[in-house]
Amino acid sequence: MKSFLETMRKLWADPMGKIGMIGVFLLIAMAICAPVLAPYPYDQIGMRFQPPSGEHIFGTDKFGRDIFSRVLYGAQVSIQVGVIAVGIGAVCGYLLGLVAGYFEGVVDRVIMCVMDVLFAFPSILLAIFISAVLGKGIGPTMVAIGIVNIPVFCRTVRAAVISAKGLEYVQNAKSVGVKTWPILLHHISPNVVAPFTVQVTLALSGAILTEATLSFLGMGIQPPSPSWGSMLSEARADMARAPWVALFPLLFIVVTILVFNILGDSLRDVLDPKLKV
Amino acid sequence: MEHLLEMRNLSIDLFRGKKQPPVKLVEGVDLNIRKRQTFGIVGESGCGKSITCSTLMGLLSFPLSVGSGSSIRFQRADGSETELTSVSKTEMRKIRGREISMIFQEPMTALDPMYTIEAQIEETLRFHTDMNRAQMHAAALEMLQKVKIPRAEEVLKDYPHHLSGGMLQRVMIAIALINNPRLLIADEPTTALDVTIQAQILDLMNDLRESYDTSVIMITHDLGVIAETCEEVAVFYAGQVIEQASVEAIFHEAAHPYTAGLLRSVTSLGGAQKQLYAIRGTVPTAGNFSSGCRFADRCDFCEERCRVQAPPLVEIAPGHLCRCLLHPAQKEGLA
Amino acid sequence: MKNYIIRRILQLIPVLLGISIAIFAVLRMIPGGFASGMLGIDATPELIAQVNARYGLDQPAVTQYFQWIGGVLRGDFGQSFRSGAEILPEILTRFQVTLELTILAAVISWVIALPLGILAAVKRNKLVDRVVRVVALLGVSVPGFALSILIILVLSLAFNYYPPLNYVGLFEDPLRNLEIMFLPALILGTSMAGSVMRMTRSSVLEVLRQDFIKTVRAKGASERVAIFKHALRNAMIPIVTLIGLQMGSLLGGAVVVEQIFSLPGLGQMTLTGINNRDYPVVQGCVLFIAFVYVLVNLVVDLLYAYIDPRISYD
Repeated sequence: MKSFLETMRKLWADPMGKIGMIGVFLLIAMAICAPVLAPYPYDQIGMRFQPPSGEHIFGTDKFGRDIFSRVLYGAQVSIQVGVIAVGIGAVCGYLLGLVAGYFEGVVDRVIMCVMDVLFAFPSILLAIFISAVLGKGIGPTMVAIGIVNIPVFCRTVRAAVISAKGLEYVQNAKSVGVKTWPILLHHISPNVVAPFTVQVTLALSGAILTEATLSFLGMGIQPPSPSWGSMLSEARADMARAPWVALFPLLFIVVTILVFNILGDSLRDVLDPKLKV
Repeated sequence: MEHLLEMRNLSIDLFRGKKQPPVKLVEGVDLNIRKRQTFGIVGESGCGKSITCSTLMGLLSFPLSVGSGSSIRFQRADGSETELTSVSKTEMRKIRGREISMIFQEPMTALDPMYTIEAQIEETLRFHTDMNRAQMHAAALEMLQKVKIPRAEEVLKDYPHHLSGGMLQRVMIAIALINNPRLLIADEPTTALDVTIQAQILDLMNDLRESYDTSVIMITHDLGVIAETCEEVAVFYAGQVIEQASVEAIFHEAAHPYTAGLLRSVTSLGGAQKQLYAIRGTVPTAGNFSSGCRFADRCDFCEERCRVQAPPLVEIAPGHLCRCLLHPAQKEGLA
Repeated sequence: MKNYIIRRILQLIPVLLGISIAIFAVLRMIPGGFASGMLGIDATPELIAQVNARYGLDQPAVTQYFQWIGGVLRGDFGQSFRSGAEILPEILTRFQVTLELTILAAVISWVIALPLGILAAVKRNKLVDRVVRVVALLGVSVPGFALSILIILVLSLAFNYYPPLNYVGLFEDPLRNLEIMFLPALILGTSMAGSVMRMTRSSVLEVLRQDFIKTVRAKGASERVAIFKHALRNAMIPIVTLIGLQMGSLLGGAVVVEQIFSLPGLGQMTLTGINNRDYPVVQGCVLFIAFVYVLVNLVVDLLYAYIDPRISYD
């Protein structure tokens, strides 16, 4: 907890870190407060293709739905999918990486071989595949993106475990007969925390990107659920007529990924000065 | 100009930010290097000896810079003098590798792993001469033979990872001397090597210095290396010269308590060794120097005035300089 | 070297076999099989059974797999369930499109990223460096499809230009082909450029800190020689690794951009195949993509030996 506060303090001291923290905070606040902030329900139909005005500050889409409200609810979807998907990927990847790195040998080879096969696919293609198997909608999309994220966490943790195992104090603990799992929990996990946290932040931006892409391709979140990706995809046909329908979800996708990347970069600089360039 | 190199009042600043004044890592250093002389600079790590020599090469880079009021005059091969602290970048490039060369502490990392030994030796020739390929090849081969590398013809085609540390240091010496420079700076050239190899490298450097008529600045923390190679020594402590004298004087009549401490902490092979001496405490870091004597906190003879009054560097005997308030000659110097 | 290549290719066989089994199994897990998908709302159990029988889908999965993989080993990827067309020739035709797109995108990204990355490293913490870092961050953060939409939006609104939709092969009409390919390649290229820029900057910075650069400078080298001849060559390994990964994944993963610009590439073929539950098409595409990917990795590993004399495969 203390080190958490310390990290936050250092992040705040860094200008980029500050931008990232504020940006991510605003996005989360926006997502949580969407029902309060949104002037209309996200699926309320009205006048079609209204340009931005006092009544509809981002305008309306081809069904006359208020784009501002949809964008706010879209933040909810994006962040929810991002967090849960990364959660799935991180937990599974962490456990697999810990097991692979600690035991090495056959277990390691089997796990890493599966990871390599998963990794050998372009991640978007893999996500398309898994979501084709699991079906459309928010739940399957989260699981699909989660699975796509497993290999990178698994590799990060495995590498950290293997290098931590070489440390003298871990060797010592082993040589005085401390049992396997206590060593894992007490001695190795703390060494994995820094690279892992950085990976989580960067994976969040990746997961949000993947969700938007999947929904854009019509595989992820299905209309009328307000996903930025599917909003953008719907807006394509009328782009010449009503550019604002595409513009606002697009801006929000870009800004969201950007702030998560900024936060991830600064977090890496703070937690792992070795990697700082 | 009488000397090959005259350094006056050299200071080196460390930039700490726009709001703070820079820290002086090196302060008020005066050195004269004569032609064909081997001059030793000895001191613990962090005392400023290495950055002093980087300054000679014009290789200081941000956040380090030469302080105002510093002067380094260097006598060029054509007899003219150049002020190294204000020379243009292009002119400095002509001096580097041609008139002043340098060899480094870590031979294993001092050569580019991507190129052959031949390419790296010839590169120095290409920067400074108009030789054609065949001439460069011949010169490189001859130079490798001079630094006593066996199978020189094959070694030319090798990459750095094929060679041992001792061999690589010989290659570095070959690169440094191939343009027949007037000054060779050797920054801890033997520290990273095995003891047996160290002696070979020092012997080689002594031989080559004579045949090449080159002056050498030998930077080291090892008084043994000084004894074996140098004629004159400057002892650095916390960014200042605290004692400077001929090698004989330093070894037999060390005047500064720090130098005396250094000498007592060296193991000698011959004779019964009493308990090895260690200077207590650690070197103060730059920016935390006291206003008095910088060695005061670690000195066995420290008096009250040492902590208040900064000692000047005073000539206590002909050619023997010392920076200590307690030395009897100090009073005359002050007067 | 030759032995190494042979050994690596032999090692590919189990990986590709594993992938073929995995993809075969995964496809059959997709809910709503080919038959019900094709028949739509007309599907009755009798009709579905008929369709399954016609395409051999009523046989045990193991038999189906061996029939398929046996054909693949003889160079016969089978026919599309939907169109009845031979799959391998179509894959090869479409691969040309994807390959051209990938190469164009890669070249664009290098042209942007390498000089800027080097410049940022050399001018570290100066204004140029900051600008490059922000541009690179934008490059990694703006998704390809968002950039595509944005560019199309701007072009159509400001210049009344609409990207051509009918694909023309490179050898049919090179100029028209380049016009069609330019925008998608530019978009993919800028997306790639962000990470290449960052990698170039950080790895050149890393090398510039090393001892041998000091030696090079001490020899009297100009900054140009120190940076381009020594620093860049040493910084190349991580950059080449990244570029290899990117090209490998583009060769199969340009799905989105191919979809937006209606390019008949491999990614689009795979996506359509999945949507149609066209098993042999998807199996063929995935196997081919995986093959190309591992091949690219092999080429990257061979490049290492060419760049770095310390790496040898003898």
